[in-house]
This record gives sequence, structure tokens and C-alpha cells, in this order.
Amino acid sequence: MTENPAAAQKARHLHGIRLSTGDRVFMVVNFALLCLIFITILYPLLYVVSASFSGGLMTGSTGLSLIPAQWTLEGYKAVLEYRYVWSGYLNSILYTVIGTAEAMVVQTLCAYALSRKNFLLGVPVMALCVFSMYFDGGLIPGYLLIKNLGMLDTIWSVTLPFTISMYNMIVMRTYFRTQIPDELLEASQIDGCGNWRFLMTVVLPLSGPILAVITLYSAVYFWNSYFYPLVYLSSRSMMPLPNVLREILILNVSASIESGMDASTAAQLAKRADVMKYSLIIFASVPVLMLYPFVQKYFVKGVMIGAVKG
Amino acid sequence: MKKSDTYLRKRTLLERLRLDVRHNGALICMLLIPLAVIIIFRYVPMWGIQVAFRDYRPARGITGSKWVGLKYILKFIESYQFPSVIKNTLFINLYNLLTFPLPLMFAIMLNYLPLPRFRKAVQMVSYAPHFISTVVLCSLILEFTKARGGLMNSVLALFGVPAANWMAKPQYFYSIYVWSGVWQELGYNSIIFISALAGISPELHEAATMDGAGLLKRIWHVDIPGVLPTFCILLIMQSGKMMTIGYEKVLLLQNNINTEVSEVISTYAYTVGLASSNPQFSYSAAISLFTSLVNMIMLIIVNRLSRKLNSNSLW
Repeated sequence: MTENPAAAQKARHLHGIRLSTGDRVFMVVNFALLCLIFITILYPLLYVVSASFSGGLMTGSTGLSLIPAQWTLEGYKAVLEYRYVWSGYLNSILYTVIGTAEAMVVQTLCAYALSRKNFLLGVPVMALCVFSMYFDGGLIPGYLLIKNLGMLDTIWSVTLPFTISMYNMIVMRTYFRTQIPDELLEASQIDGCGNWRFLMTVVLPLSGPILAVITLYSAVYFWNSYFYPLVYLSSRSMMPLPNVLREILILNVSASIESGMDASTAAQLAKRADVMKYSLIIFASVPVLMLYPFVQKYFVKGVMIGAVKG
Repeated sequence: MKKSDTYLRKRTLLERLRLDVRHNGALICMLLIPLAVIIIFRYVPMWGIQVAFRDYRPARGITGSKWVGLKYILKFIESYQFPSVIKNTLFINLYNLLTFPLPLMFAIMLNYLPLPRFRKAVQMVSYAPHFISTVVLCSLILEFTKARGGLMNSVLALFGVPAANWMAKPQYFYSIYVWSGVWQELGYNSIIFISALAGISPELHEAATMDGAGLLKRIWHVDIPGVLPTFCILLIMQSGKMMTIGYEKVLLLQNNINTEVSEVISTYAYTVGLASSNPQFSYSAAISLFTSLVNMIMLIIVNRLSRKLNSNSLW
């Protein structure tokens, strides 16, 4: 639906006959501007990929070229030798898998129950959901809650509180409501099929696209989140990848991490951090980059279902 | 007649409720876990907002701590950071809102691009940055704006601009923050407008063409009015929760030189509440309250503006 909007196509047909000078100028300017935008978005992405293979050498010189002056895998080697990158990676995978699984179960149940039309008790629950989209307790009450629940520094602190994204839930609910015909439920009910079985055997198999989209959203959220892990997790061994990245790339503390080292080792480590920066960025983005082409067509759909909600 | 009507309806409502419990037991079961999650992780913290009005002592718990009323709120208002923190928060929000029409413009431009292949490529590429995490984006910003060997200096050198350490110049902080956001979200935010544009009836375009309207006129008189309702609703919804999303990025981009302009309410609350060696929970909670206040103010302002301009509003 995004490619070839009917209106624009029609317009082009109409104008195939005669384009006025003004229109022609517009088309040319439009094309040029889009090329510029295209390059502006693409260039930094390619630059990072290229820099990751030049071992930070290119970043020393002021090159604009996308072809590394010197091909090297030094950056990646440095990344792989770095202990906390590995533990961060494993933690991130763990949090993402567990968090997404929790999120999918809870959100699906909630969305399905709230999508049923003659479910009176669903109305106040929906109101609770919408209200919590705009108001929240804030940082400290949330922290105190997690602390009182004894969840600080556990995997539950960074997954459980974020299992329901209201936006995702409402998108799913809209999908169930608009895409699953009421007749199906009626027919199944006549055949003696309850809501549980209907959800498992009819609704879920029919909801592939939306489940894919919401899984993607949740997974990306857990994979990328750094703030709550920063607040709720204190031990280094629990840290997910973004927090490791933050230390190396933003705070530049990699040199001082291993305490009790002499100045030359510290300097060496700092240099290593410089070499591996871009490689680390690529390394951290690989899972999302791999998913991206597969789900690209789905998330466009997800955004549009969300928009229908109104 | 009306009276008996409502009376009738009330009775059926009660009855329906009873029927509901009997027939939709399965649905109620399904809601148990989600409801528990919502109440525990969303509503209990809301109840916990009261720490802002108490002198929180960990040993005494939230309700056991002494009630001090507005003490911490007044403390924040009287603190010397207050004006600059509020000003920074509002300024970042407003600057961000100004870029809100860009995805719409991008969508319209794509709509009039006659090369389907190229259009698809532009779309694909423009969505990609959305999936980059905040930490990676911010480290890219820091790398690119470095004084020596930063990409930005290399590009600007082509135009004869002298090299500089851009993150060390507070006056550019807002622009770097906002435009890196545009770079990241332009394509993704345009998806919704592209689909709204596709929903405009081709007959309108035909009619306009018959009447001799050029492309620009058709954009102005057909496309823009067609997507304006979507645009306004999104704008209003966005403005109501802007500061809830943006602070993670601000926090990462902060350094000693730019705190004067980059300290916003949420980051300040984090700094005094959790990042400091002497955490002041109550004070931090009181500061956080102002985020909701600013969000509310933004929501009301934009809603009113939108209603004035074209009668689209949330309420």
C-alpha cells in the first residue's frame, strides 16, 4: 500500500500528456531534494560500516571516502577479545528473549480479551490502560517499587515492568477487532468452542502479521533499552549490551574498568577502545539489521493499523 | 419517557454485568495476568508519587515517612537550577515540535516521485535509522562531532567551515539533538502520512487537474487538507508525551560543558535521585512531577492551537 499510492499514479497518468513548466521544475527540484535526503541518511550508515573495517585508522585522518584506506579486522578482533562485550551480548539476548516472550503472552491475552465486543468488564480495564499511557509514577516511585519487590539487579526488573506497552496492546486489539470477523466467533461458539480455544486455534493463526510486528517492536525495545537497566541493575555481570556500549563509547571508561592497572596498560586500553568503536556499533546492531529486511513489510502494516485506531 | 428509558437501561446494565461474569469467565481469566501487571507496575508507582510530599526514609517505608507537604516542590522552585531546567525542557520540546511537519513533507515528496524503484529504495533506507538504539545513535553523534577526524568537520570543510568540537559548544546542543532525531525518525514517521496520502480519493486530484491546477496547487489544496486531520491528532498526541521519550537521549549527550543548556527536568531528577552518591528520593520525585506538568501544558497548548486552526482536537 505504501508503494504506488493510487492517487499519485493516477496523477502521473494525467500528467503524462502535458506537464506545465512549473510542474516540471517542481519534479526536478523534488527529485534533487530526495536524492539529497537519501544520501544524507545513507551516507552515515555506510560510513560506519566502512570505518568498522578500517580499525579506527580512517577516523584519525579526515577522510570522507567510504572505502577504507586500509582493510583490517583489528576492530572486530578487539571487540571479540573484550570480556564485557560477551557478557553484555549474552545478557541482552537473554533479556530480549525472556522480555519479548513475557510481552507477547501478556499483551496477546490483554488485547484479545479487550477486543471482544460484548465484554462489559473490559471497558473499565481499557480505561485504566489508556490512562496509564499518559500518566506514570515516574522514576523514584518505580525504583522504590522494584526495590520493595526485591527485584533489583535481577532479570525481572528489566523485563516484567515493560511487558505491556499500551500502544502495542491497542494496535493488537484493533487488529483483532477489525480483522477477525465476528461470524467466526459465533460459528465457533455454536460448535462449542470457548474463548480460550478460539484464541489459540482461530485468532492466533490468523494474526501472523500483527504478531510479527509486535514481536519486532518488543524485541527492538528490549534489545535497545539502556535506561532502566542502568537504574535497576547494579552488578557489571548483569549489564546488557547497550550499557556496556555506553561505558565504552560515551563515558570512555573502558580504560579504568579493570582496576589496579598501570598507566601504560590504561593508555593501551584506551587506544583499543578507539580502534573498536565502530566495530562495536556494528556488532551491537547486527541482530536488528538481520531482522530488518524480513519484517520491513510487516512493520509498515503495524504502523497503519495503529493509525486506524484513532 | 426519558426517565423510564434510563431506568430501563440501568436495570439491563446490572443484568448484563451479571451475565457478563457468567458468560465471559474465560475473558476475565485472560485479563488476570495483564491486569496484575498493569496495577503493580503502572498504578502502584502512581500511588507512590506521594514520596514527593514526604520526607522519605528507607527504614520507614513510603507511608511511614513524615508528611512534609509541598516542601520539596518549593525547594525545587526556589533552587537556582529551576529557571534554566524548565527553560531547557520547554525549549527542546518546542524546537522538536517545529520539525514535526518534516515527515509529512517527506511523504508528499515521495508521493510525487515518478520512479517506483528509487522511491522504494529511499523508503527502505529512511526507515533503517529508526531501529538504531539511542546509545548507538548518541555514540555516533559524539564520534561524528569530534574535533579531530569527526565526520561533521570533514563535510563542513568542503564548505570552508573551520573545524570545531561541536559538542563542546553549548549553543549547538539543541540543533544537534533535534536534527539527529530528524535523521533517525524522518522515514519512519512518514509511513503514516504516506498511507494517509494514499487514502485521498483520486477523483479530487482529477477534478483539480481539470480545473488547471498544477502540482504545487494540488499539494496545497488536495493533499494537505486530506492529511491534516491525521497530522493534527498525531501532533497533539506527540506533544503530550514528548519529554517522556526524549530524556534518555539528552542524558547520553550531556557533558560537563553543556549541562547549562542540556539539563532537563527528567535528567535533573535522575541526577539528584539516583545518580548522586547521596540520593534524595523525595526531592527527585518532586522534580519528576514537573515533567507531567510540562507534558500537560504542551498537550493543552497544542490541542488549543489545533482546534483554533482547523477544528481538529482531542477534546
